[in-house]
Amino acid sequence: MSRNDLYLIIVQQVLRAGFQAGRRFQSTGPQASARAAALREAHGGFSFELTDQQKEFQEVARKFAREEIVPAAPSYDRSGEYPFPLIKRAWELGLINGHIPEDCGGMGLGIFDACLITEELAFGCTGVQTAIEANSLGQMPVIIAGNDAQKKKYLGRMAEEPLMCAYCVTEPGAGSDVAGIKTRAVKKGDEYVVNGQKMWITNGGKANWYFLLACTDPDPKCPASKAFTGFVVEADTPGVQPGRKELNMGQRCSDTRGITFEDVRIPKENVLIGEGAGFKIAMGAFDKTRPPVAAGATGLAQRALEEATKYALERKTFGKFIAEHQAVSFLLAEMAMKVELARMAYQRAAWEVDQGRRNTYYASIAKAFAGDIANQCATDAVQIFGGNGFNSEYPVEKLMRDAKIYQIYEGTAQIQRLIISREHLGKFKQ
Amino acid sequence: MHRSSEVKHVASYLNTRGCECFGQPCESHCPVLTDRTIHVQLKTFIKIRVKPDRTGVVTDGVKHSMNPFCEIAVEEAIKLKEKKLVKEVVAVSCGPQQVQETIRTALAMGADRGIHVEVSGKDYETLGPLQVSKIFAALAKKEQADLIILGKQAIDDDCNQTGQMIAALLDWPQGTFASEMTLEADKMKVVREVDGGLETIKIKLPAVVTADLRLNTPRYATLPNIMKAKKKKIANVKPADLGVDVCSRLEVLKVDEPPQRQAGVKVETVDDLVGKLKEAGRV
Repeated sequence: MSRNDLYLIIVQQVLRAGFQAGRRFQSTGPQASARAAALREAHGGFSFELTDQQKEFQEVARKFAREEIVPAAPSYDRSGEYPFPLIKRAWELGLINGHIPEDCGGMGLGIFDACLITEELAFGCTGVQTAIEANSLGQMPVIIAGNDAQKKKYLGRMAEEPLMCAYCVTEPGAGSDVAGIKTRAVKKGDEYVVNGQKMWITNGGKANWYFLLACTDPDPKCPASKAFTGFVVEADTPGVQPGRKELNMGQRCSDTRGITFEDVRIPKENVLIGEGAGFKIAMGAFDKTRPPVAAGATGLAQRALEEATKYALERKTFGKFIAEHQAVSFLLAEMAMKVELARMAYQRAAWEVDQGRRNTYYASIAKAFAGDIANQCATDAVQIFGGNGFNSEYPVEKLMRDAKIYQIYEGTAQIQRLIISREHLGKFKQ
Repeated sequence: MHRSSEVKHVASYLNTRGCECFGQPCESHCPVLTDRTIHVQLKTFIKIRVKPDRTGVVTDGVKHSMNPFCEIAVEEAIKLKEKKLVKEVVAVSCGPQQVQETIRTALAMGADRGIHVEVSGKDYETLGPLQVSKIFAALAKKEQADLIILGKQAIDDDCNQTGQMIAALLDWPQGTFASEMTLEADKMKVVREVDGGLETIKIKLPAVVTADLRLNTPRYATLPNIMKAKKKKIANVKPADLGVDVCSRLEVLKVDEPPQRQAGVKVETVDDLVGKLKEAGRV
């Protein structure tokens, strides 16, 4: 196809459709920037503007996702193979482990920057992005609660080589009810002996080390806030037995397994903070990891929106492009509404925690909303593709399968509503 | 066809990034760095929509980014530095404030420092290869550059002139459309992509080389390098400081979209085809 034809198609699409597909354009005129700066001064700081560095980070992540993840994602989805080459490449570009503190070899990025990157990677493939995100989840307890030696040892090695880690809390019998976990850690001399079963552990079979939550005080009178302890466990410790790779509905290339702990000995140096502090650490990590999960769901929804829009501008029915039929354009409009709002929600949640404030309320809102809209947008995208959408040769059926887990992991949609109502009523009662 | 729609999706991602001619030859001038010191000029890329008054294309609110051939030029310069064949890589761009972003990208890829030649407003709209090459020639003398590497052409105006003009102004040898360049002592061996195939030449330094598509694959800027690039310096220079007059001798009369492509006609047999061609008076 000649360049002239491409120009023409783009011009026609822009003139006919009245909106620009793909990239989100930013005004770069000098007069506009000067006016904006003046307004910012007047309003006292509230701004949707990204810093230059954030824009550059976003650019790199976007380019990597669209050029390297998007083409490879369908085959990883079909085979279920762990996307290690992609993860290694992302590690080389510095897209993973951004929040590792600088003195441990990382870049010490805030949650907001991490979210920007996560959204772009999730656009490419949420399976790949979840494998990467599990690293953040596993590292977060160490970042917030580890002592210097633990941080240097376990975070340092992540910055030196492309290693994975995992967050081991969920069990076959306890998911939402974290206080109901049964994995037992008994102190024997200078070690803890751990026995139990964990389930649905992302990166379970690929991790170099795990963050493990185990019960150290089974006395029913002991409150949850004192009964659990957080440990860092090396994956090659004798007795750690990862199960088979689970075959899931979506995000198939992500490695999810059950793990059995049989008389696993953990040195007491690997306890985070101290015995009994585990519950708070595990929950505290969520405030920092829920915004990126929301960002991932938003990336998926954005992908659904873009794929559906492109298709709607190509497919014709009853003499017009389907995008010109209001039924379809209204669907696209609602998808756009949801994507924009989800983005603003996770950005607020990330910004709050970066300011040093407790962001539980915003983080839950962001995660709950983004998970729900990701599913809605993916379903609507399949609808817009029609019969083609149901077919595996087109990209949207994968989005629908991948989206479902966003309403389940990292706190189910129902748990999020519990948290939001508790926070909301708590504020009201003050 | 199912397969082609998958390919189309990948291709259109590249298109919506703004480069309609990605993968196909197009003209651009993004001067590159001179050896020992390398200068890169980065021309900005614009997505095409003709302005209603037909004096040009719309540039307001459009994301500008480094010309693809310039990226290749920067990559080559950094490769030379990594091989320790050159001492310093300097990235140069001419234009308004926004070009600093593009220079930062070059710094994030590994250039040592940047020079921003400030040209804005009306001057920038009429800035063409002749003015840019004059600026570059002046800079090359000032910085005592040994090698200038540019992209072979800018994909917005397709001029394919700047590199050649710089060489002429400085009276330096030139190796254009390079798909391979190797430094051998004080000579640069350049394999050029020409219409008939590949031509290998040896040019003495100081020289000008323009980069073609197959010279290399530009690296991504990594996040740590982006952070390091913030500490690298970008010097600010005006064309007047270099004694260059940026006034253009060309006037754009009008800019039009390409003509509407007429629908084609499908024919069943070769005889039908010949019949239709005869009707249209083509045969």
